[in-house]
Amino acid sequence: MTHLTTRLDEIRAEGRAALIGYLPVGFPTAERSIRAMETMIEAGVDIVEVGVPYSDPVMDGETIQLAAEAALEGGVRVHDAFAAVKACVEAGAPAVVMSYANPLIQYGWERFADDLKAAGGSGIITPDLTPDSAPDWIDVAKSRDLDRIFLAALTTTPERMHLTASAATGFVYAAALMGVTGERATMSDGVEGLVRRAREAGAARVCVGLGVSTGKQAADVARYADGVIVGSALVRCLSQHDDESAALAALRAKTAELARGVRGES
Amino acid sequence: MTGSLQSLPGPFFGDFGGRYLPEALIAALDEITDAYAKAKVDPAFTDELERLAREYTGRPSIVTEVPRFAAHCGGATVYLKREDLNHTGSHKINNVLGQALLTKRLGKTRVIAETGAGQHGVATATAAALMDLECVIYMGEEDTQRQALNVARMRLLGATVIPVTSGSRTLRDAINETFRDWVANVETTNYVFGTAAGPHPFPEMVRDFQRVISVESRAQMLALGGLPDAVLACVGGGSNAIGSFDAFLDDADVRLIGCEAAGDGVETGRHAATITGGRVGVLHGSKSYILQDQDGQTVASHSISAGLDYPGVGPQHAFLADIGRAEYWPVTDAEAMDAFRLLCRTEGIMPAIESSHALAGAMKLGKELGPDATILVTLSGRGDKDVEQAARWFDMFPGDDA
Repeated sequence: MTHLTTRLDEIRAEGRAALIGYLPVGFPTAERSIRAMETMIEAGVDIVEVGVPYSDPVMDGETIQLAAEAALEGGVRVHDAFAAVKACVEAGAPAVVMSYANPLIQYGWERFADDLKAAGGSGIITPDLTPDSAPDWIDVAKSRDLDRIFLAALTTTPERMHLTASAATGFVYAAALMGVTGERATMSDGVEGLVRRAREAGAARVCVGLGVSTGKQAADVARYADGVIVGSALVRCLSQHDDESAALAALRAKTAELARGVRGES
Repeated sequence: MTGSLQSLPGPFFGDFGGRYLPEALIAALDEITDAYAKAKVDPAFTDELERLAREYTGRPSIVTEVPRFAAHCGGATVYLKREDLNHTGSHKINNVLGQALLTKRLGKTRVIAETGAGQHGVATATAAALMDLECVIYMGEEDTQRQALNVARMRLLGATVIPVTSGSRTLRDAINETFRDWVANVETTNYVFGTAAGPHPFPEMVRDFQRVISVESRAQMLALGGLPDAVLACVGGGSNAIGSFDAFLDDADVRLIGCEAAGDGVETGRHAATITGGRVGVLHGSKSYILQDQDGQTVASHSISAGLDYPGVGPQHAFLADIGRAEYWPVTDAEAMDAFRLLCRTEGIMPAIESSHALAGAMKLGKELGPDATILVTLSGRGDKDVEQAARWFDMFPGDDA
C-alpha cells in the first residue's frame, strides 16, 4: 500500500471525501510553486497532484495551458517535480505526479520511478496513457510499489472500464466531463453513474476531477466519490495575482472553501 | 524481410505508432477503426469513393515527363505525378473524401480538422460542402498570416476558421486545439485528420486513402516502359509520401526517398527534418521521431513551407527509415526555393513549396545517378497559394527591382 492509498482509506474512515489539489511545478517559479503546494496542504488539501508542465497538453484548458507555458518559459525541468513531491510529503500530504507521457518516456520509466520513490511520491497519473498503451509503466510501477492512476471517461465502454479498474491502483480518476480541464458552472449529470460503473468494474477507490471549482460542487461530488480533484480553480489563484502573498491568500481561501465542501459543510 | 510491406496494418509499425491519447477519445477512435474496417470491404463505400475520385477529384492524375527540368537533374529522365492537378490543388482531397464519407457512415454531422498550409483545411471544407457537413478548421495564427488566401478559401466554402493562439501558433498547436474540440464534442463530431500520423487508425487509414497515388503511378510507369529507379516525395507528417511509396514498397529495386524540410539547415537547429534531426518519442497520439529537447518537450519546427512545418512524422515513415526501406533526406528552404523557380521556368509548372522539397531531392539524386536513371517525383500540390511568399523570397514585387 502506498502512502496515497493508506491516506485515502483513512479519509474514507472519517466519513468524508479527500480533497486532491493540482498545481504545476514551476509556476510561477519552482520555489513559488512549492510554497503554493505547502500552502494548499496547510489550508486543507489532503493529497497533492504535482503537475509536470508539457509543451502539448491536449487535455488542458486555457488556465493550465498558460501556466504550463509560463513554467516552461521560466525554465522548469522535469526533475523539479521531485523537489515538489518531497516538500509535499514533508508537509504531511501524499503526493503523486501528473504528467503527459512523453516527458516520462524521455526521462526513462525506471529512472523516473526510482527518483519519484526516493522523493517519497506515491505514483503517477497519466492523462494520455491508457492501461493498454502502458505495459512498460505498469511493470515498473509494480516492481516499485507505485500507484498507476488511469482515467475513466463518460465514454468509457464496460469492457474498457474493467481494463482500467483492474490496471489502476491508488484510485481511478473519473473525468467528470467530456472536455478539457477548466472551471465549469455546472457538473455533468452522468458523473455519479460513471463513479458507480467504475466501482462495479472493481475500482477500490474513485476520485472525480475536471470542472470542479467550488465548495458546493465539491460537496456534491463528495457524496459519492472517494476524492475530489481540483486544478484550474487553484491554478487561477496563482495566475490572477502577481504578488505572492496575495496569490497565496487567494489559494488559501479557495482551498478552505473546497475543504469545507468535501466535509459536506458548504 | 518476409511478407509484403504494402498496406501494413496498424496500430504498430515495428515499434512505432500506437495510440497515446486520453481515455475520453478511445471510444471514438475504436468507433472509427471499426467503421473503417467495415467500409473498406464494403462496395457501397469503395465504389462511391472511386466515383468521387473519378468524377470530382479528376483522377487518375497524370504523369508528366519534364525534360527541361531534368536537364538540371544530371540528365536523368524525370516524371512528375501530378497531384497538383486534383480538384482543390493537392493530394489532400484523396484523404478527406474518404474520411468525410466515413463521417456520414458514422452518422455524425460535424467535421473538425487542423491545417498547416491550409491545403488540408481547404480540402476538408470542400468535402464538407459537398456532403453537407458542418466544418470547423483550426489553424495556427502564424499560419493564418502566412496563408491568408487559404483562410479566405475555407471561409468561402462555408467553413469556420479558428486561429489558434496557443504555443507556437503553428500546425502542432492547431492539432492540440482540434483534439480539445473533439474531446468536448465527440458525440456529433468526427476529426478528419490530415496526415498519416496521429493515433491509430489514422496512420493506416490516411495511407490507404493516399495509396491511390502509387497504385496509379506504378501502373503509369510500367506503361511508360518500366519501374523508376527512385520515387521521391516531400515529408511533413508524410501522407503524400506514404501514398506515393506504398505500392512500390515490395519493388526492392525502387529507391524510396522522403524529402524533409531542413529549414535553415539541420545543423542550425531551425528545421523540420524530424527523422534526420529528431529522436523517438510520443507526440499527438503516436510514437515516432519528433523534434524535442532533453526533457521531451516538443521543440518548434522551422520551414518556409507551412505544410512541412511540423515537429513530428508519421510512424510508418519512422519504421521504413529504421528498416532501411526508405531514405529521408534533408532539403533546405533555399534548395527548395531554387527548385521551385526552376520548375516554373523550365516547365511552366508552379509547384507548392512543399513539393519543391521533393524536386530539390530529385535534382540531387539525378546528379548522383546520371542520365540512365528514371526518377518519379510526386508533385503533391500546386503553388498558387505560395505566390506571395515566393515573390517575397525572390524580391519580385513591384518596387523590389528598383
